[in-house]
This record gives sequence, C-alpha cells and structure tokens, in this order.
Amino acid sequence: MDAKQGKKLDFSPILVPLLSILVALAFGGILIFIQGINPLSAYRVLFTTAFGSFDGVAITLAKATPLILSGLAVAICLRAGLFNIGAQGQLISGALASAWAGYTFVGLPALVHIPLALIFGAFFGALVALVAAVLKAYRGVHEVITTIMLNSIVIALSDYLTSNPFKEPDQPLTRTPKIQESARMPDLLGLPLGFFLAIGLSITLWWIMRNTTTGFSIETIGRNKNAGWYAGISVKKTIMLSMLIGGAVAGVAGAVETLSIIGRFEPAFNAGLGFDGITVALLGRANPLGVIPAAILIGGMRASGSTMQFEVGVAPELVDLLLALILFFVTAPLLAKFFKNRKENVAMTSGWSN
Amino acid sequence: MKLRTSHYLIIAFLAAFTYFYSKDGLVATSVLYTAIQFALPLALAAMVGVMCERTGVVNIGIEGTMLISAFTAFFAGAILKNTVQGMLVGVFTGAMMGLLLALMAVNWKMDQIIAGVIINILAAGITSFYYRQNYSIPSTLDPIDLPVIGAWPILGPVLSFHGPITYFGIFFILGLWFALYKTSWGLRSRAVGEHPSSADTAGVSVSRLRYLNVTAAGAVGGLAGSYLALEAVGIFERGFTAGKGFTALAIMIFGRWNPLGALAAALFFGLTQAVTNQLMIDEVVEIPPQFINMLPYILTIVVLAISAGKVRPPAAEGIPYEKEKS
Amino acid sequence: MKTLLEIEGVSKSFGSVIANEDISLTVREGEILALLGENGAGKSTLVKAVFGLVKPDTGTIKINGTVMESGDTAAAIASGVGMVHQHFQLVPVMSVTENMILGDEPKKFGVVNIKQAKKEALALSEKYGLEVDPDAIIEDLPVGMAQRVEILKALRRDVKLLILDEPTAVLTPQETDELLEVLRNLAKRGVGILFITHKLREVMAVADRIAVLRGGKLMGTTTPKESSESKLAQMMVGREVVLRVEKSVAKPKEVLLSIKNLRVNDDRKLESVRDLSLEVHAGEILGIAGVEGNGQRELVEAICSMRSRLSGEVVVKGKAIPNLNPRAAHLAGVSHIPEDREKHGLVTSYSIADNLVLNRFDQAPFANGWIRNLEEVASNGEALVEKFDIRAPNASLSAGSLSGGNKQKVVVARELSQQLDVVVAAQPTRGVDVGSIEFIHNQLIAARDAGAAVLLVSAELDEILSLADRIAVISNGKIVAIFSSKEADRNTIGRLMAGLAS
Repeated sequence: MDAKQGKKLDFSPILVPLLSILVALAFGGILIFIQGINPLSAYRVLFTTAFGSFDGVAITLAKATPLILSGLAVAICLRAGLFNIGAQGQLISGALASAWAGYTFVGLPALVHIPLALIFGAFFGALVALVAAVLKAYRGVHEVITTIMLNSIVIALSDYLTSNPFKEPDQPLTRTPKIQESARMPDLLGLPLGFFLAIGLSITLWWIMRNTTTGFSIETIGRNKNAGWYAGISVKKTIMLSMLIGGAVAGVAGAVETLSIIGRFEPAFNAGLGFDGITVALLGRANPLGVIPAAILIGGMRASGSTMQFEVGVAPELVDLLLALILFFVTAPLLAKFFKNRKENVAMTSGWSN
Repeated sequence: MKLRTSHYLIIAFLAAFTYFYSKDGLVATSVLYTAIQFALPLALAAMVGVMCERTGVVNIGIEGTMLISAFTAFFAGAILKNTVQGMLVGVFTGAMMGLLLALMAVNWKMDQIIAGVIINILAAGITSFYYRQNYSIPSTLDPIDLPVIGAWPILGPVLSFHGPITYFGIFFILGLWFALYKTSWGLRSRAVGEHPSSADTAGVSVSRLRYLNVTAAGAVGGLAGSYLALEAVGIFERGFTAGKGFTALAIMIFGRWNPLGALAAALFFGLTQAVTNQLMIDEVVEIPPQFINMLPYILTIVVLAISAGKVRPPAAEGIPYEKEKS
Repeated sequence: MKTLLEIEGVSKSFGSVIANEDISLTVREGEILALLGENGAGKSTLVKAVFGLVKPDTGTIKINGTVMESGDTAAAIASGVGMVHQHFQLVPVMSVTENMILGDEPKKFGVVNIKQAKKEALALSEKYGLEVDPDAIIEDLPVGMAQRVEILKALRRDVKLLILDEPTAVLTPQETDELLEVLRNLAKRGVGILFITHKLREVMAVADRIAVLRGGKLMGTTTPKESSESKLAQMMVGREVVLRVEKSVAKPKEVLLSIKNLRVNDDRKLESVRDLSLEVHAGEILGIAGVEGNGQRELVEAICSMRSRLSGEVVVKGKAIPNLNPRAAHLAGVSHIPEDREKHGLVTSYSIADNLVLNRFDQAPFANGWIRNLEEVASNGEALVEKFDIRAPNASLSAGSLSGGNKQKVVVARELSQQLDVVVAAQPTRGVDVGSIEFIHNQLIAARDAGAAVLLVSAELDEILSLADRIAVISNGKIVAIFSSKEADRNTIGRLMAGLAS
C-alpha cells in the first residue's frame, strides 16, 4: 500500500501474503489429515499439476486469466475505499453480453468482432456496477449490500435470458448458441490471448494509479474522503469512476472467459470467478500488479483441484476451503503485526494530544 | 414519515387481504401463514444485525453465520438422529462465528466489513468442502398446535401450527425489544453503540459488552440457520441461505435498528413474497420463476435506496474503540 | 485536611513520545489544584491515568491511601473519582437522566427504574443549584448546559475528587465565571478538585495551589499569592513569553473577500450562520472572535465552498464563488487552513510531498495534463520542508509520522506557498507546540504583508487579540460587532461573545 513511502527495506508487502499462504496450507493440511489422507501428497499433486509442466502452467495461466481481471476489478475499487463484492455479477453480465455479441453479429472480420464483443462485455459489466455506484454516490447506500444483491439479480436474469430469448434453439440445455468463429479469441504462444490482455490491463491500471491525476484522485478518496473533498476532488465522480472501471474490467473477465474458453454462455460455467477475485485482490494487497501472482497461485489451485480428487481422493472443494483460510490469514492483522515497522509506533501517537 | 409509511403499508395489507379473503378464505389465510414462515428467518437474522450494530459492530457476516449453522445443525441432526440436538449444535456454531467476528472486530480492530466478508467466505468454503449427499434428519421440528388461539377464526390457522423456533423467535424479538429499551443491559449497549467513550468513562467495559452482544447475536444467527435447515425445509444445500443474511441488513435498517420495527419490516418482506408466490400458483399473472426469485433482492435494494439518509444508524457503528485515544 | 490523591513517580510514554515523566502530586480534601500547562504538556495523560483511562508505565496512584490498579476506570469511580472530560462524555441521543445513570442504574429486577432516576437527578440538581431538565436530550442542549450534566453525573456518584479537563475551553467568559463559582462551592463541601487549564486568569482566580507541567515534567507547584501571570507563563513555556506578536501597522487596501447575507446550516440541519455579511481587505487580518459552536465552522466551510450555502454569496476579487465546489474556491484564490487537519487537511498515509500538492496535484507544474510530474512534486516537497521548517528528514516520509506542530506546518506550507489572495485560517494553532505557534503566526503576518486578505478564526481570544488588525465578534451565527485592534477590549468582547449587548 505504501509504495511511495520510501521505506527501502520493507518486505512485508510480500512476506505477509506468503506467510499467510503457508499458514493457511498448514491449517488445510490438518483438515486433510483428519480425513485420513496424507496432506503432503495432496499438496504435491496440487502443485506439480499446476506448475510442474509446461502444459500444466499453460492451463494454470488460462485459469488465472479471468482471476487477474476480476481481482483487478475488486482491487481498483478497494483503492477508492469501495468494497466491490459484485465482481461476480458484473462478470456474468459481461460474459452473457459478449456471448450475445459473439453469436449475433455475423460476417465480421475477427479483428472487429473480438474487440466488439469485448466492448460489449465491458459495457454490460459496467452497467451492473453503475447501479451500485449511483446508489453509493448519490444515496449513500453501502456498496457491499447492493453489489451482493445485484449478483443474485444478475444470476437470475441471466438464467431467464438463456432459458428464453437467448436460448440455443432445439436442444434442452439452458445456454446460448455458440459464438461465431470470428469472435473466438485465438491462442498466442500456446497461451490464451486473454492472458496477455489481462497482464496489459494490470500494467496499464498500475501505471494510471501511479502516474496520473485520475489515479491520485482515486487513491486520495480511498485514503481520506474528507481530505479529498477539501482538496477539490469530487467524491461522487470518483466513486462512480472507480466502480465503473471495476465493473468494466470484471465484464472483460467474463468476456475473455466466454470468447476464449467456453465459446458460449452457460450459467454455471462462470460460477465463483468473481468471488475468487476478492481473495485475489486482498492477497495482492489491492495492487494492480500484485493481483497477477495472486491470480496465478489461485488459478493453479483451481486448475489442479480435480486432478487432486482423482489421484488422492480429496474433494476439489478443498480449494474453496484453502482460499477462505488464505483470505482469513492475509487480512488478519496477526501476521502483519509480526512485520510491523518500528516507525509506525510514532505514527500511532498522532492521536495523542491534549 | 415513519407513521405515513406504516399507515400506507397497513392499508395496502388490509386491502390485499380483503381481496384474497373474499375470493378464497382458505388461500388467504394460508398466504398469511406462509408470510410468517418467509418472514421469520429474515426477522431473526435482522436481530443479529440489531444486536451487533446497537453496540457499534457492523455484522455483514450474518449470511455466513446462518449458512454454516444450518450446515452443522443439519448434519449434527442427521448424524445424532436427533433434530433438537442438531438445533443446539447450530446455535452453538452461530455463537462461535459471533465470537470470531468479535475477535476480529474488537481485539484485532479489523475493518468490520472485511471481517464479515471473511466469515461469509469461510462459511462457504467449509460447508462446500464438508458437504455430503445422502444424509437426512429424522424429521423436521414438529409444529405446535396452539390451544385456544388455534381455534380462532381467520387468525387461528395463520398463527397456529408453526414450529417451535418460530414461536421462540417471536418471543425472543419481543424480549429483545424490552431488554434494549428498558434494562440496564440495553441502556449500556445503546450507549456503547452511540458513544463508546461515554460508556467507558462511566465504568462500562466497551469490549466486554461488544464481545457479549456479538457472540449472543451469533447464537441468534445460528438459530435462524437451524430454522432453515430443521424447521422450514429439513434439508441442506450448498449456499442455500440465498442472500437472506444480506436482506436481513436491509430489514434492520428499514426497521430503524428497532427489534419491533425490524419484525414489521420482515413481515412486509415475507408477505410480499407469499403473495407473489400465490399469484404465480394461481396463474393470475404469468411471471417467470427467475423474476420471483429476484424479488427479495430488488426489494432489498429499493428499501435501502429509500431509507438511506433518512434513518440514523448508531453513531459508533463500524469504528473500533481505542481506549487511550479520546 | 486529609490527602485524597497521591500521585507518586508516574511516567507514561506513547511510542517514542514521553507524555509524563516521574510526576508526583497530591490533592487534599476541599482543595482546588490547578494543573497548568501548554497543549501537549501531558496534563490530559496524567489525569487520565488517575481516572484509569490510561495505564502508566511506572509509578503509583493512591486514592484515599489505597493504591489503584492501573487502567481500571470502574475502580477509580468506585473510590470516588469523577471526571468532566474536555470532550463531553455524554451520549448525544440519550436524555439527561439516562446519561446520568449510565453505568450505575437504579434497578428493579434488572429493569431500569427511570422514575426513581429522574427523581434523583432533580434532587441532585437542586442540591447543588445546577438546574437541568432531566428529560432533555443531550444533543439539543447548549454547551454550558451539557457541561452541567457532566458535573452532575460525577456528583451523583458521590464524588470525592473531581477532575475537570479544560472545562472552560468551550464556555463564554460569563459561563466560565459561573463554573468557577460552582467549583468553589464544591470545594467548600469538601470535594477535592483537580482543574486542568492553560488559561492563566482562571488559575489565578480559583486555584488554591498550582502545579505547572511542561514537556511531560512537573516544573513545580506554587500558589496564586506567591506567583503572577507572567511568572506562571514563564514556568509553562520555559522562556520569556512574547505576549504580543511583533508586527507592523496594517496597510489595508481594496476588498478581496466579501461575504453577503450568508446563511448556512450545520450538520444537524439547523441554521447556524444567519444572514452574515463581512468584508476583508487586502493587507489586513480580520479576526473572528467567538465561543466555539457559534457558526464559525460553518462560516469557514461555506466560504471555501465545502458546505452548501442556503443563500447569500461569497465574492473573491469581485467574482462570486459557486456553491459546493472547493476546487473553484481554491482556483479563485482562497487558501484554507482547515480546523481539523487530520480530517480535512492531510492524507496521513501519503508522503509529505504529496500532501504539499494535495489541492493542486493536477495543475502545472505538478501535472502535464493527465500525467503527474512526480519529480516536480518531490522537489517542491523538499523546498517547502526547508522553507517552512518542517522537522522531517525528507519529504518522502509519510505525513502521519510527524508531530502535531509539524503536520500543521505542512498544511500551512501548502496553503501559503501559492498565490495569496484570500487566506482563511481556522484554529491554525490548535494542539500545536509553542515554537510552531510562533512560526505560524509569523507566516500569517507575512501573508498579510504580501497583500493577502486574512480571515482568522480562533477560539483563543488571546490569539485574535494579538494577531488581528480588526476583530469581528460572532455570536449565534451573526457578526454582532467589529472593532479595530486599538479599540478592542477583552471585557466588551467577552460580553458580546456571550450574546449580551455591550
């Protein structure tokens, strides 16, 4: 968080997440052990599948792609002091919109069709976020509740749309038709194109946060809303802007997943990607670059969950549990206290005055 | 404002009820009976919010508390082959989640929103990992046929034949209202939620009271979860609290952090849902089921948009208490 | 007389800041001990230790001869210590009665007996001649009345030792006199009183003994008879005090800031600035004298466009400032040293350099269009740290790590380092050490001499009297009189502040 503070030898931004991952794995290990399975072999399968071979890494990075983006969607909002639990709904909205654009427009060249479908995804992701943003900025309704409610609304709505107007005809499943070949995102160097897009977006947002006036405005509102208002930054505009960026990025996450992996919209296929974004963002300390390693780690765990079940017999939901534990330990201040900079003691006394 | 809204709601309710009753008395009373069933978990969950927020702790983890308590209640009930023991396990689980929130919010002074979200994600992770199929409880908690009241016209079939948690819950809500406004525990709790340093300087331990209330609130959340698993449906599914814990927060706000206000708001939510369901069953209007599912969520957002800025939350809500700064 | 309180060798530090160092003191029955010291001298920490709100690192505190467990408020209360806090410890939404019984409620089967509580409250207010309405809600009460509730709350617990932390800071001179009378009466009834203040006149008027703290150390004890205001001031500050700021005669020119028929609401949506008009000229300091809470905060925020104006206008250099647009006010040439620097003035987790450009980060040379010029921000930071004597090794340090005085210097440096037309300074030296106070005063005078119109709002009448060229008295949201600094007279101003006709 304190990139600009000039503390040169402060490793805690990296050490605390690493340590919390280790503690969470240890805890998870105990739980696996209780089930009568050797936790070490479970973890070995988990990590060799995810990171042990080129193919494994490619799958991991493909899984990480939407997580980088949904993590980014949560992280940008955290920067502005907003907790966007709604990445899930924004992502689904983006996925459905891009699928629609993907199968509806016929005869476009790929160079037009793919960006168009991505823009559809971004726009409809942002549209869902807009509801929460307006309610927050103009009515003061807490974004956590509205975004969660919007998640459920979007899920129900997308279910309705894919089982009625957008349904692929003449088959029983609740799903849209396949997207056109021209909308399908190709692979690059054996990796999905979306991965490079996600990395590019991370770097861009990191640069914007660090070097632009918009980034400074968002950061200022996130750290001290009153001081931002005093300094002439519009609180409302900043809330709107960061929520819309978050929504758009989450929408792109859904679009990328649709256009490069799934190839159509099917309600259950996107489950959990947005929620994992919360863990990714917090593990990456709300830093646009920090979400990349966090997403890769979690993507790897997701990618190898089913192999683990096959080889060791642990339910793949173990990953859910591990992620929850990681989130718990990464946000719990116990570990942070360990690495507390001595200087912070001085800062603590700022409240001491007569 | 307060009076006008409630008056409109009562008039709307009476009009709707008269309409239904004139068409079919049996259906009308059963709609009201269902409304109470829909309302009860929401009302109990809203009490969790009231108890926490009145002492200044924001609890956004009600959803997770209910989910994991429903889970333990159901599986304990199934394994022990005893529904009542299952319920006790559920209540205990809820209290433990409350204790966890208190630990994060009071001791570690964490951001309470993040603390609540952690509870929700932990609950989802644990219930999803340990979930097993092919378990069942011996029976749901037996409904109680109320003597005397059960024989009343119209109200009898509405009020009678609910399960024990329902009756206990309603008495609990009334009792909570009394305790909050008439006892020294209530006075102290409210003071801690409004202006903790006043309470501290008057010799009331802020952290002890917050611990107590948040833990007790967790137990109530456990009861709400047990209701869902053991009294209402008798099953457990992954994620089956379906956002009720968040709707409860809207109900708490709509009810102005007052137990009776929240109970009324919960009944309003329950009634809306029961009526919509009936309309669908009767095929009066053709609504896709997805839209019926959306209703409580939309209602939650609308209620929050309306009441935001008009109601005043406890002033110290969400702020960790620092003793040495004042 | 029996000794009530014995403080023996108490030390307390917060991180690297030493708040109290080896302090020993006693208070006897029926005695008024004034604890005198500057802001930050450690007075509050010491009395909080007595009341169990702060745990001392070393030393013991004895009440009635019994050693108190450190950090145990309930035990302190039980042994007869009562405290009237600087920031009232009252629950704003509750009634007077509820506040009085909180923590020690009369009960019947666990249910609060509110009737009996009300009776008690009335009896108590009669006994001590402190009239209050037991059913009134605290947030509706005027400040002086709320303070009575604080005192009654302490008296209800059968208080033997009453501690008052800066009780007169929020009172009018007349209310202050009333309070001092109440204290004398209590002392006559045998209550020991520990009275904290930094106002010398009050000490001379009411204290039996005076203990002076400076930099966390006890400088000595004396009595009003053996001492004088200037001797006490010297003990308190540690050197000869310049009671009047050195400055040349003002040369006011054209009107730069004019406020016309301004009406503003406070946070509770009550009108707190009522049809107020005022003009400030280039090259003068206009001081606003008034008891806190008479509309000063709302006036300042409305001038700076941070708070909505119901009607009226604020004109800077002939141009009306739009409503609710702090950026526009700033661009029109309004510099604003805000009352609450932690809330509005600083982002404490940002570096000093970033804070020094907080309200012009998007203007040249600190940004080229959309891109920030971080080198320019850094070099501006280093330059201002140097120029405004901000005690920090470098400008990339976080602002939160600075002391109160240096934080305020960051705000002052930012606001006074730009083109100066109108300077609005609200409580610019609150909670700031003496060295920084002098520095900030000189900066304000320099701004005036450079041709700025300076509006100074301060709760310290002495600060207004020593800095302002003209003094406007505000009472109940209106300017009730304006004096030139020559004709200004403390008593007249005091009466006007209290809302009495002069």
